[in-house]
Amino acid sequence: MTDLSQTPASGETPMPQKRGQSLLEPSDRTKRRNAAETRFKAYGIGAIAIGLLMLLVLVTTIFSKGLGAFQQSFVTLQVELLESKLDKNGNRDIDDIKKVTTFGYAPIIRGAIEAKVTELGIDTPLKAKDMAGILSKDAAATLREYVVTNPGQIGETVEFRFLAQSRVDGYLKGRVSRDSIGNDKNISAGQLDLVDALVAAGVVEKTFNLAFILGSDASDARPEAAGMGVSMLGSLFMMLVVLALALPIGVAASIYLEEFAPQNWLTDIIEVNISNLAAVPSIVFGILGLAVFINYMHLPSSAPLVGGLVLTLMTLPTIIISTRASLKAVPPSIRDAALGVGASKMQSVFHHVLPLAAPGILTGTIIGLAQALGETAPLLLIGMVGFIASNAPDSIASGLLSPNSAMPAQIYEWAKRADPAFYERAWGGIIILLVFLITMNTLAVILRRRFERRW
Amino acid sequence: MSFVKLTASTLAIAAVSATAAVARDQVQVAGSSTVLPYASIVAEAFGENFDFPTPVVESGGSSAGLKRFCEGVGENTIDIANASRAIREKEIKACADAGVTDIIEVRIGYDGIVFASDINGNSFEFTPVQWYKAISKQVVVDGELVDNPYTMWNEVDAALPAQEIQAYVPGTKHGTREVFEDKVILAGCEETGDFEAYKAANGDDKKAAEKACIALRTDGRSVDIDGDYTETLARIESNKDGIGVFGLAFYENNTDKLQVATMSGVTPSTESISTGEYPVSRPLFFYVKKAHIGVIPGVKEFAEFFVSDEVAGPDGPLAEYGLVADPELAKTQESVAAESTMGGNS
Repeated sequence: MTDLSQTPASGETPMPQKRGQSLLEPSDRTKRRNAAETRFKAYGIGAIAIGLLMLLVLVTTIFSKGLGAFQQSFVTLQVELLESKLDKNGNRDIDDIKKVTTFGYAPIIRGAIEAKVTELGIDTPLKAKDMAGILSKDAAATLREYVVTNPGQIGETVEFRFLAQSRVDGYLKGRVSRDSIGNDKNISAGQLDLVDALVAAGVVEKTFNLAFILGSDASDARPEAAGMGVSMLGSLFMMLVVLALALPIGVAASIYLEEFAPQNWLTDIIEVNISNLAAVPSIVFGILGLAVFINYMHLPSSAPLVGGLVLTLMTLPTIIISTRASLKAVPPSIRDAALGVGASKMQSVFHHVLPLAAPGILTGTIIGLAQALGETAPLLLIGMVGFIASNAPDSIASGLLSPNSAMPAQIYEWAKRADPAFYERAWGGIIILLVFLITMNTLAVILRRRFERRW
Repeated sequence: MSFVKLTASTLAIAAVSATAAVARDQVQVAGSSTVLPYASIVAEAFGENFDFPTPVVESGGSSAGLKRFCEGVGENTIDIANASRAIREKEIKACADAGVTDIIEVRIGYDGIVFASDINGNSFEFTPVQWYKAISKQVVVDGELVDNPYTMWNEVDAALPAQEIQAYVPGTKHGTREVFEDKVILAGCEETGDFEAYKAANGDDKKAAEKACIALRTDGRSVDIDGDYTETLARIESNKDGIGVFGLAFYENNTDKLQVATMSGVTPSTESISTGEYPVSRPLFFYVKKAHIGVIPGVKEFAEFFVSDEVAGPDGPLAEYGLVADPELAKTQESVAAESTMGGNS
């Protein structure tokens, strides 16, 4: 670096070495140049080290904060499904049973936990209502759903695994301590004593939580029940739309531009604009989607179809650019040979060039999809962020059209909520999202390694 | 190429189903992020207990929600707007211009606004006057209006601890801001008597004086937070001297990180707010488009369920989460059942 600016300015004779100096002994200038090179290498290593350190910090933060979300505390209880409460008429009429709301199930749960505590002989000053307070509000919903689907079980005693409420779960995970609950009205020290006793009796246990991966979003009152599953489906449907639209359109556009289009000012403008489009911030596509797809075309808002359309616009330039690059990489001799044996231009492209460029195209597509998968900003504007992902789609049409969220939008939503348990789930969601992204990128790398040909 | 066929058929299915599924079957709600937790709790219970799908609740702020609400009538507009303040005349007019004439106003309860600081820091006992003096753009010193000179809380009032003034207040798009301005800053402004000085400076114009009162300092001592309370919390965690403005429910979920300050000697709680002792509280609302009742399935049922005793009553899940139940809930239930719209014509 220094020698570059020095040489012309010094005004000395350009002779590098003075007469009589040994070649084996490096001159001052050589030393300086070598030192500059060593310094540059050190800068490079330093840069890489900083990068790796950042990555390490990121990964450890994500895993230390997020792994907790994959574990959840459960309370196992034997619940007597009292006929007097759930089916007053005793005729097992499903419409009558459905009239009992989740609020009507609270006394049954209270009874169940009280019975358990008495059975175990745990001495606690708590009332039944406070004992039931260690359970998630989701417990009543679980119970009601079971009864509505199995009305024949009314009157029997059935064993259930209920979620523990988020504070109890936090206590068992070390997030909540006895010191930190001083002002907390959601849990008391007495309830924690009860939890300790129940843990000792094996009634409360922490196990792997499949519901976090497969379940749906839950409201602010029960963070312990929230899961990523439905928003994952939302992301899946969006990716299907992106794949179905962006890949054919992108490949067709690049084949035409690369192989057939004449070189003139018009194609130049198109080319420049495609490159520009790749650099447009994604929020712009979100506003466009709101204006065109929802307000003008009247597509339903919050629908993965609209999300997919918006992300298609975002992914198209990426796919076009990478497809064109891989088409360009196929040597002209292949085309010439095909044309030479009498193939038409189209035959030469589809029979020879395209198959050879396919690995590159696929890599570009997968990376474009991975980019789209992690995109949140445009989804904010088309209504995919909020308390949305609670209805699992039951068909392809409803998957595309009924409101849903997406993985990154779900993470954003959780990070905003008040209960710290949601914060943990946001980090857990990041782990799931990262697993998807890493899988996709690895797939891209493998495809490239396996099928790429160099000339 | 089977791939082309697959693409074509997928597109065809999508196009066909797009036209077929124009009939929306779930209620769509948007608006205040303060009401969002309550609305989502109700939406979840509604989906569980009724045969309707779980309503979709989006946030974005009261103003943004009401703006979307007033875009018109039809299936691609929202059915219900949540708001942490009453709808404004201007918004009613915008609604009417877009054809949204019959609006049902539903008050769900009250929410307290609390002032909280880092759990390990100094504890505070505030009055509105102190807040006005600390973060108003101009204050009266020695009979003259000057740019706010205070940098420490104990300069504002010797009773307060010696701590840098650093306030995180909700941004202007939040309904909370309006309440904060009205019940804290303006109240403090009037109490000190500075209001008269503003009035004199503005040529006896009361409106202009009010506006000048609630103008906050822009030298970085008071920071507008446009995001959610989680952002305010993050700011306080990084700057231990910070004092933030939160909703009561948010504070109650984060008592391990925050300590709450008293206002005029009253500690905020659902009890002190419902008796009216704690001064900084405001009603929460949602607005229903009457034209959508009977068109979108579940709109009226959702509204009725929202204000039913077992949900919004003093022992319901909303009160448990931090909502202060409305003592006049029965009246609200009646008006929802009767679908009485704003302006009296039912």
